[in-house]
Amino acid sequence: MENENFVIIEGKKVAIEGERNLLELIRKAGFNITTFCYQPELEIYGACRLCLVEVDGMGVVASCCVAPRAGMNVRINTDEIRRLRRINLELLLASGNHNCTVCSKSGHCKLQSLAQEMGITEIRFKAKQKETVRDTSSAALVRDNSKCILCGNCVRICNEVQGIGAIDFAFRGYRAKITPAFDKGMGESHECVSCGQCARVCPVGALTPNCSEIEQVFKEINNPAKKVAVHIAPAVRVGLGEIFGLPQGKSIDGKIAAALRMLGFDYVYDTAFAADLTIVEEATEFLHRFTEGKNLPQLTSCCPAWVNYVEKFTPEFIPNLSTARSPMQMMGPVIKADFVEKGGKREDLVVVAIMPCSAKKGEIKREEFYVDGNPDTDHVVTTVGLARMIKEAGIDFANLKDEEFDHPFGTKTGAGVIFGASGGVMEAALRFAAAELDPKNAGKIKLDVLRANSTVKEAELKVAGKTVRVAVVSGLRNARKLLDDIKAGKNKYDFIEVMSCQGGCVAGAGQPQFEGWQARKNRAKGLYDDDAKMAYKSQDNKDVMALYGTIFDKIGGHKAHELLHTHYFDRKDRTGQDK
Amino acid sequence: MSDRFKPAAQILKDNNYDSAKLIPILQKVQDAYHFLPEDVMRYIANELNISPAKVFGVATFFAHFAITPKGKHIIRVCNGTACHVKGSAGIIDAVKKKLKLKDGQETTEDLLFTLECVSCLGACGLAPVMVVDDVVHGQVTPAKAEELLDEVIKAEAK
Repeated sequence: MENENFVIIEGKKVAIEGERNLLELIRKAGFNITTFCYQPELEIYGACRLCLVEVDGMGVVASCCVAPRAGMNVRINTDEIRRLRRINLELLLASGNHNCTVCSKSGHCKLQSLAQEMGITEIRFKAKQKETVRDTSSAALVRDNSKCILCGNCVRICNEVQGIGAIDFAFRGYRAKITPAFDKGMGESHECVSCGQCARVCPVGALTPNCSEIEQVFKEINNPAKKVAVHIAPAVRVGLGEIFGLPQGKSIDGKIAAALRMLGFDYVYDTAFAADLTIVEEATEFLHRFTEGKNLPQLTSCCPAWVNYVEKFTPEFIPNLSTARSPMQMMGPVIKADFVEKGGKREDLVVVAIMPCSAKKGEIKREEFYVDGNPDTDHVVTTVGLARMIKEAGIDFANLKDEEFDHPFGTKTGAGVIFGASGGVMEAALRFAAAELDPKNAGKIKLDVLRANSTVKEAELKVAGKTVRVAVVSGLRNARKLLDDIKAGKNKYDFIEVMSCQGGCVAGAGQPQFEGWQARKNRAKGLYDDDAKMAYKSQDNKDVMALYGTIFDKIGGHKAHELLHTHYFDRKDRTGQDK
Repeated sequence: MSDRFKPAAQILKDNNYDSAKLIPILQKVQDAYHFLPEDVMRYIANELNISPAKVFGVATFFAHFAITPKGKHIIRVCNGTACHVKGSAGIIDAVKKKLKLKDGQETTEDLLFTLECVSCLGACGLAPVMVVDDVVHGQVTPAKAEELLDEVIKAEAK
């Protein structure tokens, strides 16, 4: 018997298979119509009016707001629909500054591509130019409301996925805009944690990761008085390639190493080295706490937006945060200490970190990460920022031959590489802990659940007669719920990994933009594929272990504590409450 | 708690800390503080467990809410159709001149007066209408408007 559960789209039968709206069905049918306000992972909003279709008996409807029903007859490219979509687009183009050639989003802006798709060559409506006010108060993000089309994606992701609501619509009519509370700058907002997910879902150039430091990095490279070291985060190697037409998620660390040398960096290192170092310190810290039953659950501290969140919203959990620095902030001081040990001056070495993240840009500016006015990490460039540098230098990236990273700070294990995916830090930590608790099994663990494409994961590791209860969450709203449940006594864990971005760093704001889960899956797979070819656990990184006894006395020792650990501040807003 | 937040705390309590009642809460807070100060909005947001950006969004959406300080005395001049036809523009000019208000400025430097031009007070039979601190005056002329302001200024001087 033929399945009756279908919709007719432009004369073609398309089966309804649990799609939540007509738009998803239309896209499944192969009509990939460009829209602005529809994000598969957010609530349906219906603001941009670019998904308009004609449905028999219903007239013109926004397809994102209509549930598919059997027998619907849907038309997409009628003269009426084409006319309406064009008017809506022209009105958007007339109501802001859309000067593509001087916009950082040019080339991957949805407004630009839709104007091109529709062949718009003139805007019939008299444009009322909005005043350009670039908000550069945040180290992480740049906001330009004159480019904003008010689709609300940023507001919804900050509310729905992060549970924060740092930005919202304010004012009304022509003055309506998206802004932090009290119309402050992003950098002055008390609520913003710099995760940058707002920028990740911005279809235009209104919210973008700050890329201002690229100029400075080029200047440092060209300064003969300075040596410049660079290191790339795990997620970068599975994010950059797609910008140059390479398969999404394929690890291309060898090409990146080659490109970084061609750009003129003196030392080309891998943040995964420091990820191994982080595991050695953080998992050791965990084993101490676990044995003593103190300050559990331990919370990971490598995600800077998550650290900001704890400090601003749940400071009662500060004692639970691991004091281990993030890999980036271990890498800087270690490279600089090594440079000094070999006779150099600390300020003559510039450390540049290539990160998939916007919050990392704020992290390096924290005052505890400065020594006598010199930062542990000098500059953070995003994955997309690195692509810009490669393009500006004219490097034919896709055809580069693989090169090795420099040692010792380019040496890594698979445990360090999987840091870029949600669950990876936990898996790496458990590999270390299992080997410490039971030296016979060499740390081999099998916890597939940690790699699942889920934003809340739980697992138990049974080793040497002990049970370690762990949780992995991504997305700050999920993290908050977990903490609330712990406070209410509903859940008990020993160790929790938190990443602000759903899916982990592979989905960071500094990565090429994407929609939906497939990109996250592809990129995470790239990391796990690399892992399968490499040494298994962080203890196996000989160059990391060699640091103990040279730069550091011992794991968790005094010097290690000074360079590899940090402290946190209670920054909760308590306006009106008794001190 | 400092005295500053006590009126807001009472208003929140009267509304059972219900975030669905944000608009009535903000109305009462504006009555108590004459406008919506930033720290009080932040306090309300924290107590209602909603984001300050949301409270700010509501406060800036409705013309009724003021996010800058208002004067002690509120002067409302109606500029609805009937009042407009009967010459409310002249009244507005006279009040602005008397209070030395620049274009776009609503509140006097000394925070004594705020001038609001409103769109219909439902008293069209009395047009043009001017309201001084909730007392309605009908068939106002520019000269009468100045007299009404002088009365307030005189009372303040005592």
